[in-house]
Amino acid sequence: MVMASYARVVGRTGLAASFLLIALAAPSSAQPAASLSNDDCFGCHADPGLTRADGRSVTVDRAKFEASIHGGLECVNCHVDLADTTELPHPEKLAKVDCSMCHGDVVARYQQSIHAHARADNPDSLAATCTDCHGTHDILPSSDPASRTYHLNLPQTCERCHGNPDIIKRGHIQIGNVATLYNDSIHGQALTRSGLLVAPNCADCHGGHDIKRASNPESKVYRANVPATCGHCHEGVLREFEESVHGTALAAGNPTAPACPDCHTAHNIQRAETVAWRLDVIKECGTCHVESIRTYRDTFHGQVTALGFTRVATCADCHNSHRIFKPSDPRSSVAPVNVVSTCQRCHAGANANFVKYDPHADKENHTRNPFLYYTARFMKTLLIFVFGFFGLHTGLWFAGEVRERRRRRNGSA
Amino acid sequence: MTAEPHDVQTGAHGGGDRHVLRFDRYHRLLHVLLMLSFLGLAGTGLPLLFSDTDWAHVVARFWGGFVVAGVLHRTFAVILITVFTLHLWRVLHRLFVEKDLSILWGPASMVPQPRDILELLQHFRWFFGVGPRPRFDHFTYWEKFDYWAVFWGMGIIGGSGLLLWFPVFFAKILPGWMFNVAMLVHGEEALLAVGFIFTIHFFNGHLRPDKFPMDPVIFTGRVSEAEFRHERPDEYERMARAGRFEAQLTTPPSPELVRTGRIIGTTAVTVGLLLVGLILYAVFA
Repeated sequence: MVMASYARVVGRTGLAASFLLIALAAPSSAQPAASLSNDDCFGCHADPGLTRADGRSVTVDRAKFEASIHGGLECVNCHVDLADTTELPHPEKLAKVDCSMCHGDVVARYQQSIHAHARADNPDSLAATCTDCHGTHDILPSSDPASRTYHLNLPQTCERCHGNPDIIKRGHIQIGNVATLYNDSIHGQALTRSGLLVAPNCADCHGGHDIKRASNPESKVYRANVPATCGHCHEGVLREFEESVHGTALAAGNPTAPACPDCHTAHNIQRAETVAWRLDVIKECGTCHVESIRTYRDTFHGQVTALGFTRVATCADCHNSHRIFKPSDPRSSVAPVNVVSTCQRCHAGANANFVKYDPHADKENHTRNPFLYYTARFMKTLLIFVFGFFGLHTGLWFAGEVRERRRRRNGSA
Repeated sequence: MTAEPHDVQTGAHGGGDRHVLRFDRYHRLLHVLLMLSFLGLAGTGLPLLFSDTDWAHVVARFWGGFVVAGVLHRTFAVILITVFTLHLWRVLHRLFVEKDLSILWGPASMVPQPRDILELLQHFRWFFGVGPRPRFDHFTYWEKFDYWAVFWGMGIIGGSGLLLWFPVFFAKILPGWMFNVAMLVHGEEALLAVGFIFTIHFFNGHLRPDKFPMDPVIFTGRVSEAEFRHERPDEYERMARAGRFEAQLTTPPSPELVRTGRIIGTTAVTVGLLLVGLILYAVFA
C-alpha cells in the first residue's frame, strides 16, 4: 500500500516534470514563471456556489481533483491560456483543453475514430470526446474500480450516449438498442451480473480510442476482422472456424461467407445451450441455406424443432457448429466415412443402411430421391382422386336428400 | 321414445320399437376403441405435420410438449394395432374355425362385388333425380370403401409408423430411403384418413339430412325396422323371404345407451370437424 502510494506520487511528479520541460522548451512560454498556483485557482473554484454569468457551476471538487490521476498537476498545465494570467477573476471563456499536449498518440488514434469523424463532419455533433468518457477534473486510471473506464464500468459509460434515445436519434446511431442487447447477452450478463473481468466490454470488441465503423476495413468489427477479434478470447473456436468452409471462404473474401455475428448476432450473443438459441440458429442457417432448411422442415427433425422442441437434431448436431466442412471433405461430420458415427451420436446402433436415410430429402427432386418422388406423386394423385370423387359424391348426395325430403313434405301436405 | 324412426315412409309399418341387431358388442367395442385411438393419433400427430402453424404449437403444448405427445401417439398406435389385430383375428376365426365362407362373397361380405358398381351408378342416377334409390343390402359400396380405406390405411400408416418408431431395428433389413418414404406416406396417408373420416365418413354416416345430427347405430348396435326397410330394402326382403327376420329382432336400445352414444358421437364429430378446420386453415391460410 505504501509502495503503491509512493509509486503514484513519483509517477505524478514525473509527469509534472515532463510538463515543465515542455513549457520550458516552448518559445511562447519562455517567460518568468509568475503563473497561478492551484491554491490561487481553488481560492475561488472551491466555492460550491461559484457560477458563470449564465448560472452554470464552475466549482471544482479539490479533493476529487487531487485524488485524480492528474492530481499532481497544476491547473494551468491543462488550462494553458491562464498560465500567464495575473489578474483575477480571469475571463469566463477559456480555450478548450488540449489533451494531446500530453496524450498525443492517444489523441491521434482518437482522430481516426468514428467519434472524431462524426465531429469533423458535423460541428454540432454530440459524438464523444475525451471528457465524455474520461471525465474532466476527476479522471481516474482505468485500473481504478471507480473509474468510468474501468473494465466493469465501461458499458455504463458508453450507455450514457448509446442508451440515450435523444442522442441515438440525433446522432443517427444505427443500433439504437445496443445497450439493451448487450446487457441481455451472455457477455453483458457475465460482466454486469457475474462481474467477470474476462467478459468483454464494448472496448474489447470495438477498441477504445480508435473505434471505427464496421464497414471500415481497419475496424476490429469489420467482417473479415471479426473472427480475430472474437478469437482474442475464443481462441479454440477461432482455430476451428478458420479451418472450416465458412472460415476459409471468409478469409478468401467471399462476401456471403458468415462471420461470427451472422450466426451469433453482434450484441445479443446467447448461451449456445439455450432452447431459444438452438431454435433461432436453425433459422440463421436457413437465411443462406434456403434449400436445406426447406427440406429439413419436411423431416421429423425439422418438424419437432419447428414446434419449439430441441430433443431432435438441429443443423449443428449433424454438421457441427464451427468445424463445418463440405460433405466431400473427409474432415466433415457428414462425410461418408463419418456419417455413421455422427448419426450414432443420437441413434445408437445406426448402421450403414440407417444413414442412407436422406435428412434433406426433397420429394420434388426425382434424381436425388426417386422413390420419394414417385411415392409423393402417387399419394398426391390418390388424395386428389379420393377427395375429388367423394367430394362430388357427398355434394350430390346432400342435394338428393334435400330434394327428396322437400318432395315428401310437399306430398304429405 | 328415443329410438324414434327417422323421417321415412313409416305409414304402413308403425312398428317403431321393433329393432334389428346390426352391430354386436364386439363390433361396437372395436369401433369405440378405433374412434378413440384414431382421434388421439390425429390430435397428437397433426401438430407435427403442420408444425409451422400457430395452432400446432398450441396443441403440442396442450399435450404437455412433444415428448408427451409422442408417448401418447405411440400409446394410441398400440390401441389401434390391437383393434386391427382383434378384427383380423375375428375374420380369420370366422373363416377357418367357423368355416363361414359368406364373408368372402355375397351380401354379408365386405369384398367389392358387381352389384356395388351397379348400386354406385344407381345412386348417382338418384342424386340427379332420374332413378329410384338403390335397394341396398347389408353393406353398401361406400361402407365397403370406408372399410377398405381404413384397412389399407392401417397397413400403410401402421407399417410406416412402426418403421419410424424403430428405425435402428428396421435399418438392419431395410435401406435408408425407406424411412424417407415412410415419413412421407405416414403423413400423407394420415391426412387422407383424417380428411376422409372427418368429412366424408361423418357425412355418410351422420351429417346427411336423413341421419342428422347422427346415427347412433354404431353405439347402440340396433336399427329400427322402419329405418332398416328404408335403408336396406334388399336385405330386409331377403331376410323376410328366408323367414329369418323375426329371429333377428332384438330389444330397442336403452335410453342410456342412446344417450351415451350421442355424447360420444357428438364429441367425436366435433373434435373431428375442429381438426379438419385446423387442417384447412393450415393449408389455405
